[in-house]
Amino acid sequence: MSTLTVPFESLARTTSTVNLPVPAPIADADRKGLTKKETAADHPTWCPGCGDFSVLALYFKLIEKRKIWHEKITTIAGIGCSSRFPYFVQAHGAHFIHGRALPFASGVSLSRPDLHVFVFGGDGDAFSIGGNHFNHTARKNIKMTYCVMDNFVYGLTKKQTSPTSPIGFKSKTDTWGAVDQPINPMKQAVSAGATFVARTSATNPNHVLAMMEAAMDHDGFSFIECLSECVEFFPGAFDASNPRKGGKFENMPEGHDVTDELAAYKLAGEPFPGRFGIFYKVNRPTKNALEAGINTAAQAKVAGKKDWEILQATFNRMK
Amino acid sequence: MSDTTTAAVSGGGSGPKLTKINEAVIRIAGNSQDGIQAIGGFLARLAGRSEQEVMTFMTIPSTISGGPSIFQVRIGSGEVLSAGDEADMLLCFYQHSYEDHIKSIKLGGIVLYDSDHVTPKPEWQETYRHVGVAISSLVVEAIGGTGRDKGKNIYAMGLLAKIYDLNVPKLTKLIEERFTGKDTSVVANALTCFNAGYSHSLENLLKTYQFYPAEGKTGSQVVMNGNEALTFGLIAAGVRFGAGYPITPWSDIMESLRRELPKYGGMFIQTEDEISAISMAIGASYGGRVAVTGSSGPGISLKTEALGWASMAEMPLVVVDVQRGGPSTGMPTNVEQSDLNIACFGGHGDSPRVVLAPASVEDCFYTAIEAVNIARKYSTPVIILTDQGIATRIEAFPEPDLAKICQDISPDFTTVAEHKPYDLSAPDGITRHLAPGTRVASGKYPIATGLEHDELGHPTGSPKLHMQMTAKRRNKLKKLGTDLPTPKTIGPNEGQILLVGWGSALGPITEAVTRGRSVGDAISGLHLKHINPLPNGLGEIFKGFHHVFVVELNDEGLYGYGQFAQVLRARYADPKIRGINKSDGLTWKIKEILDRARTLADAVQQGKA
Ligand SMILES: Cc1ncc(C[n+]2csc(CCOP(=O)(O)OP(=O)(O)O)c2C)c(N)n1
Ligand code: SF4
Ligand SMILES: [Mg+2]
Repeated sequence: MSTLTVPFESLARTTSTVNLPVPAPIADADRKGLTKKETAADHPTWCPGCGDFSVLALYFKLIEKRKIWHEKITTIAGIGCSSRFPYFVQAHGAHFIHGRALPFASGVSLSRPDLHVFVFGGDGDAFSIGGNHFNHTARKNIKMTYCVMDNFVYGLTKKQTSPTSPIGFKSKTDTWGAVDQPINPMKQAVSAGATFVARTSATNPNHVLAMMEAAMDHDGFSFIECLSECVEFFPGAFDASNPRKGGKFENMPEGHDVTDELAAYKLAGEPFPGRFGIFYKVNRPTKNALEAGINTAAQAKVAGKKDWEILQATFNRMK
Repeated sequence: MSDTTTAAVSGGGSGPKLTKINEAVIRIAGNSQDGIQAIGGFLARLAGRSEQEVMTFMTIPSTISGGPSIFQVRIGSGEVLSAGDEADMLLCFYQHSYEDHIKSIKLGGIVLYDSDHVTPKPEWQETYRHVGVAISSLVVEAIGGTGRDKGKNIYAMGLLAKIYDLNVPKLTKLIEERFTGKDTSVVANALTCFNAGYSHSLENLLKTYQFYPAEGKTGSQVVMNGNEALTFGLIAAGVRFGAGYPITPWSDIMESLRRELPKYGGMFIQTEDEISAISMAIGASYGGRVAVTGSSGPGISLKTEALGWASMAEMPLVVVDVQRGGPSTGMPTNVEQSDLNIACFGGHGDSPRVVLAPASVEDCFYTAIEAVNIARKYSTPVIILTDQGIATRIEAFPEPDLAKICQDISPDFTTVAEHKPYDLSAPDGITRHLAPGTRVASGKYPIATGLEHDELGHPTGSPKLHMQMTAKRRNKLKKLGTDLPTPKTIGPNEGQILLVGWGSALGPITEAVTRGRSVGDAISGLHLKHINPLPNGLGEIFKGFHHVFVVELNDEGLYGYGQFAQVLRARYADPKIRGINKSDGLTWKIKEILDRARTLADAVQQGKA
């Protein structure tokens, strides 16, 4: 047909609108780990005493210690108190919609394997509205680190029952006490096929940092459940795991085999406050690697051809 | 066959007489395992390789595997714009195909039937010319019993080649190419069937036909359906990442992107649902290179929340909506244009986005490129609103100049001094995102967000900023509107009736205008491809007509006009804008459009509408 609109003019590649002089990039070797001052952005809007502060501080520590540069960090979250995380970090980031942070992060991870993709969020975001995405991101083993700041309650919407609320917890939607069986994040992650599954608590900074480091070093979908108290709507929820409050922080038993799925599952079934540490860790090819393999095979057949020539070859078969 | 042909009878030597025709509409009806879709593919490819014939072809795929299946092919010497109102010939393999489709041919038309399976009805034999060929047994005779079911379609194609004097060497070559790589006996059997059909004596059929020579098509042609054209358009535009969830008729696009993208170093991900699909595509777009997602029917509904995020965060994104009959699961394999509202307005809040509707198979290719470029230039989600009709129709079109068209849209990671993505003083208010991985020397990094935000992307509750940012998101699309060319009328820019159509309506309204004008109607047409924003200048065009009738495949709604008419009424506040709508799940017949337009015009003039 002859009525086609002329194809839009071709555009320059994506660039900034700001045309200021740009300093020469600093060679990686000469750069120091970023200090907290350099990585902190907006002052967190969390309630004083909220467990989430501690997770943020440890994320800054991780960035400094492991010398990750601003531009290589991508912090992604859904919606919730904990999910406001990206605003507080001075790095590239995105604050997406409720429950869908994992698919968004998957798009970043799969298309940009050069980046460190960190996802933060709450228990409602992860296991309720985003529950199905959790299962599929885990089974596909898409490379990223996912830290769920579990407070056993909906914080942002002010105290409704969450999928991890213990039976009997009195919320605004269960004034008589929660009745539904809560999700066990460790069991959920192991059975969904996650390749790194760990549990920690915001009240134990060294442990949180150790888990974050191990998660970051894992080649695959690494999941951390971090107990993080909502002082506003579920105060004291985790006292039983905090030695300063008379509780007990129990590490994994000596000699726990992290590749033993059944052992992990069994330990996950221990009554609250349960165990802390790496429950499960195995190596299985990531989705990123599997897709790269598919690409290598497909590209071998068109080696040396420009993109338009590959398309031309296809069109030649459609005549 | 076209009316002009009856006089032009030329001698055909001995045997059947040869009649010159402009075009023919042939409907082939059988079961899906008979491979009748393949005949369509062959005929369309033949058109692509011929200087003289142009064809278009429409399938109505069956929903049940092994169930009844038909396609209709229209072969012509001129421009073929629609699948044709009534068929000149019905080729039917079974009694049910015969009985279900006889009403689709014009009075006096030809019924070519497999006499092994069809018993003609005496009352119909008076109205239609019946020609029986024992296709099934003749195929067994030609190649033996084993290949019987596989050979019927090729045998039938041989019959058609004879009746319509098609180019045999070219068809033979196409058959050989189609079966290369298979066992040599497969090619041999196919050719045997074809030749058997071609040489079958048609003495009881009075005439055979020959197409008038067409205006020479220049250059090479490619042959594909709309879904394929869209797929390749996206690839040519530089899209290298996509995500989706299967649903008819969108699935073809995701399947071919999944297959093709790895060759280009890209990938397409099958996700757990449509929400995940759009979220993943948005994530990849955020990663620095505009990505694609798509769906049909209910899958589009699922995507709306995330689409709103893309409007708010001003993230480039392409969403393909292959419309089908709705609402809910609706009519999965039928055509409808009832997603215009969700495409333009779906979602909560004020969430502007761009909507483009390709006009034809060829246009699917170019619209995909335009969508990608608009998404990038205006940093916005763009919806491509195609439909089941275009998606499954095969057309031949001039081969695009790929070396020129294919573009590199990989991100630029050059360090910047500072950056504010939502810069209120940016030219035309257009946002620019930095791909993660880009260093910002000032040490101040942006956040992409769905909360109302300041220029850096940090949340704000400021009423002033909400107004400014809302205006910014709106104004950049107004700017796009002023950049769009005002479409030209089809036919004179003055008259009684202006038929307005969008997307796939281009062919039918163009043909309706030609046919209407040939019998003295003062009728013109206007086709819109840019649905949101609209190009400027339409009001001026409307002034030249007494009636503006918007021809849409959707319901007339509570107030008597369809979804696009509603948009035009809101934009131009012109009461002469009215709707010609239908929701039978089928493409427009030209006669239908003209009859309805004349009736509506009369009713308006008599004050009855
Ligand atoms: C589609 C949708 N539904 C509901 C909400 C409202 N909402 C926001 S956050 C939230 C739950 C937050 O709980 P959680 O994920 O545990 O995060 P927390 O605030 O406890 O850190 C809800 C229901 C929303 N933003 N989007
Ligand atoms: S409401 Fe609870 S989770 Fe939210 S910031 Fe306050 S303490 Fe933290
Ligand atoms: Mg919570």
